[in-house]
This record gives sequence, C-alpha cells and structure tokens, in this order.
Amino acid sequence: MIQKVLVSGNPRLWNRNVGRYPYCPGCQHPLMERLLAEAIDELGIEDRAIGVTGVGCHARLCMPLDIDVVQVIHGRAADAATGIKHALDGEPIVFTIQGDGDCASIGSEGFLGACHRCERISIFMLNNTNYGTTGGQMGPTTLMGQKTTSTPEGRTPSHGYPLHVPELVATMRGVCYAARGALTTPAQYQQTRKFIKKALQKQMDDLGMTFVEVLVACPANWRMKPVDSLKWIQEEVIKEFPLGEIKDVDKT
Amino acid sequence: MEKIFIQGNEAVGEAALAAGCHAFFGYPITPQNETFEWFAQKFPKMGRTFVQAQSEVGAINMVYGAAATGKRVITSTSGPGWGLMQEGIANLCAGELPCVIALVQRGGTPGAPSVQHAQADYLSATRGGGGSGYRNIVLAPASVQETYDLVQLAFYLADKYRNPVILLSDALIGHLMEPLELRTLNFDSLPEKEWAVRGKGKQNDKKRRYVTFAAVVQGREPYPTMMSFAKHWYDKVEKMKSEVRAEMTQQDDCKLWIVAYGYTSRVSKEAVNEACAQGLGVGFIRPITLWPFPEKAISEAIEKGAKKFLVVEDNIEGQMVEDVNAAVQGKADVHHLGLFARHLPTPAGMILPHRISEEINRLLQKGDK
Repeated sequence: MIQKVLVSGNPRLWNRNVGRYPYCPGCQHPLMERLLAEAIDELGIEDRAIGVTGVGCHARLCMPLDIDVVQVIHGRAADAATGIKHALDGEPIVFTIQGDGDCASIGSEGFLGACHRCERISIFMLNNTNYGTTGGQMGPTTLMGQKTTSTPEGRTPSHGYPLHVPELVATMRGVCYAARGALTTPAQYQQTRKFIKKALQKQMDDLGMTFVEVLVACPANWRMKPVDSLKWIQEEVIKEFPLGEIKDVDKT
Repeated sequence: MEKIFIQGNEAVGEAALAAGCHAFFGYPITPQNETFEWFAQKFPKMGRTFVQAQSEVGAINMVYGAAATGKRVITSTSGPGWGLMQEGIANLCAGELPCVIALVQRGGTPGAPSVQHAQADYLSATRGGGGSGYRNIVLAPASVQETYDLVQLAFYLADKYRNPVILLSDALIGHLMEPLELRTLNFDSLPEKEWAVRGKGKQNDKKRRYVTFAAVVQGREPYPTMMSFAKHWYDKVEKMKSEVRAEMTQQDDCKLWIVAYGYTSRVSKEAVNEACAQGLGVGFIRPITLWPFPEKAISEAIEKGAKKFLVVEDNIEGQMVEDVNAAVQGKADVHHLGLFARHLPTPAGMILPHRISEEINRLLQKGDK
C-alpha cells in the first residue's frame, strides 16, 4: 500500500495567517506546528481535536492550527485537558503542548497526577533544555555543564541532574505510550511524526495517557547559529536523551 | 413540595443537580468533605463527571478546562485549599469562564489553627488572592435552604456575567442539618455559550474557538486589544455591582445595628430578637452578597439614626468590619465582636446569643440609648 506524504506546501489545517507570532531564527517550534497539523489531518480528527497550551514559546503553537484551542496558565495544561476531556464525556481528542519547564517543573504536579489517574489525553513536551521565553534560564532538562543565564558556570550536580521525563512516566501504569523524538534530520522528522500519530491513535483507542517528548533547538538562547544548534542536539543532547519508544503497551 | 432532612454541605450537591451542573472536580479537605463525597457518590451514577484531583491547584484548573466547554461546573474547598486555588480563580476571571466555587470556612488563622469552624476567609473571598486584580460575586448563606437556593443563583450569575461566583459558607452552616425544600428556582433565560470549545465539528458554524486568559492574544474575539478587554471588564464589574442583596430589619429609631453573615448572623438574630422583646431598639443587617457589599443598607441605617454598628464575625481582628467602616464613612462608631467572645477557649468554642446580648447592653449603656 502506498502511503501519501505531503512533501511541499502547507498542511491544510495550518493557517499561518491566524494569530501568528514570529519565532526566533532557527527555532524548531514551527516544525512541531506542521507535524501536528499533518497528524490531525491524517487521523481525520480535526472536528473533535482540542489543543491545550500552557505558557511559554510553545503556547503560540496551537494558534495557527484550525481546531478548537484552550490556553491555560503556566504548568496547568494537563489539568485543563483533564477537565475538558471529562466535561465532554470523553468524546474529544485532547492534547497538550508544553515546554520542558511548563510540563516537568512548574507543571509536574498536574502532569504526574494526570499520568497517575490514567487520563485519556496526549501530552507533547517540547524539550529545548532551557526556559526560552524568559531568556534562557536553567530548565529541568538542562544538560550537565550547559551554560544558561541562571547557571553561568554551567550546570553542576549542585543544581541537580537532567530529568528524563518519558522514562519516568513509562513506569506508571496509567501511561500506555511514551516516546522521545527529534527534528534535526528528515529521518528524525518522520520518526517523530510516527510517535505523534501513535500517541493520538492510542488516545482514540481509549488506552490511557500518551506522552511524547520532542527535542527542539533554541539557537537564540543557546547562543548558537541555527546549524550549530542542530549539530549540538545530534552530538550532545541525544547522548543524554536517547531517541525512540520507551513504552508501548501494544508491544509488551 | 418534597422536603428532605440534610446538611448544608450536601445541599450544595443537591443544588448543583437542580441547576444542571455537569461536573465536579475537588480534593478532600475538612470541613467540606460531605460536599466532595456527595458528588463522588451521586454524579458518576448519573452519567456526570466527578474527578478527585491531585490537589486544589489541579481541581481549579480542571474547572478551567471544563468551564471552557460551556458545561456547568463546580468545585468546593476550605481555607488552605482556597489558598491554592487563587491563581486559577484569577485566570478563570481573565478567561471569562463561569463556574461556582463553594468555600466552607474553617479556622486556620494565625493563633487559631484548626480544622473546626471560623469565619476567617471573608477578606480573601471578597478581595481575591490571585494576581492582576479581579472581582467575584460572593454569596453567603445562613441556612441549609439558603445554601440550596444560593448555589442555584450562583450558577445563574456565573453564566450571566461569565465569571466565577463564590459561595462563602462555614463549617457550622455546612454541618447544620435542617429540612430542605427541593425547589428548583427559575431564572431569566441565558444566551447560548457560542464561545465554548466542543471540537470544531460540534460548533454551529463549524469554525474553531479559542479560549484564553490572555487578553492580548491576537484574534481573541471580540477584543482586538488589551484596552478593549480592560474596558469590557470594567463595564462588567459595574454591572455585577447591581447584584447586591441583603436582609435588613425595618424598624426605626435604632441607635445600634448588628451586622453579621453566615453562622454568626443566626446567633445575632436571636440576640436582636431578645433585645427588641425587652424594648431595646436594635437593628439587624445580614449581607447576602459580601461582594458587592450592601453599602446602601448601612447608609439607610444611618439615615434612620444609627449611631453604632456591631459587626459579629468569628475571627480575630474583624474582616467584614473593613467593609462596614467603608460604608459608614465615619458617621457612626463601628465595633467588632469576634473570636475572643467564644464561650470556650477551644476550636469548638462559639459566639453564643447571650454573649452578643451582653455586648448590646454594654454598647447601649455607653452613650446613646
């Protein structure tokens, strides 16, 4: 069977004229916008998909998607998504877009609570190893030795260690799928796209919470050229955060 | 009309049902547990939503999500949980999302840490503890029946103004058992919630909805700029001020007026009745809306010759006293009878009618009779 893949042009559900904010040069968030627009379109769920965003650069991400969207305060997207899913009696396909800080630092309470309760929602966490919107402070996923504005000498053990979120939630019975992807090569893009579609599909099958972390470049706050930041992900970030499916209930 | 024997906390649940509420999100905390458990036991069996959140922070943000779908939604809590909900409530206001929050007050103020009763959250409920400035209508019941009626009113007002409405109860009203007439109240019809998210396919116009707390977000119709939302908010608060409600005795020639809400209003009423039976002219005002505060009732009392006001509320320094003082504008003396007047020096102590009578006599002997 031949699979149709859009190779040029904009996805149908991606309206770049709607409430669009400029991203920094080399930022990979727009790629995630495109991925989501494609995934929702291909799964045929635009009529019942509801996106929930927190606060951070990622909060802009749902704006150009032609689906219903709820924006909530910093760290509370998993809670709001829970409320939406239950209030609409489980009918919609609800996903959140969160940053590493929004999801795994300020939002860890709501995020782990949702995993624990086996909420039928999907959480997509963009990991750029720092707080991008506020100017590049240390985040929960900042690498050891990485310089940020709040770790000027680099992250040391006194700041704690990078948090491996999909590995963490994979231990919880309420989570049926956990994976980590990146977007630095076309192959990685296709792999991440597969993860995102799988996560949404498992929610449609009512299996449990699904989680995908996506490594994304933040050249402006990493103080790197866009090309160098992709190289840094390939050489350093993936070493700390290996790509692949960490948990898939259908495979065990 | 059917009557049942029920406590105040459970009447919150019965009222939510009567108002067509679809979802409850909450976290266990004393002394509101009976409300929480009522929903846990009844709602799932009715095909409605009950979720035990991981915390009150979670509960209020689940309310945010559920309210964004246009369904009627409620949560309940007490002092410390109320504290955790503040950020969420501020953003429910900013997002213009209607919901009802029942706050069953308990002790816990400095000097009186207790899970037992007190009226310590007046200021927090009427002023709000979240950031950026906002207002909620605050309704204070003094009986089980009134709890039932005011929760229904709260749902209506929340939808009418697209804003959270607070029910400020206390441990004694919450645990009080009284006969309750299950009367479903009728209110004016409300417009369709065409702003709510349901999934684009369920919208009449098949167009996407975008619910946000951030007024500056481009495309948040119908507010093109932050200033246009600010103006809308200002106008809305002015309209909400018209919802003021109070109970007031109508006798003239009262030099002394008692002002109280919640459990202390029940106790105060007894003392006032006793004083009136003895021929002492004592007036009585019971604010039903704490915000907007019934300032006109106070100024009316002053026009009728009030020289002194006694605010009876079971807390340390007096909280409603601030609103009474603001309404009195220096035209009369304002006194407070509070936690130190309890009959026992324990968390179970109460302000009893005879203690209020004593204070009435003391205030009437000093100066104006």
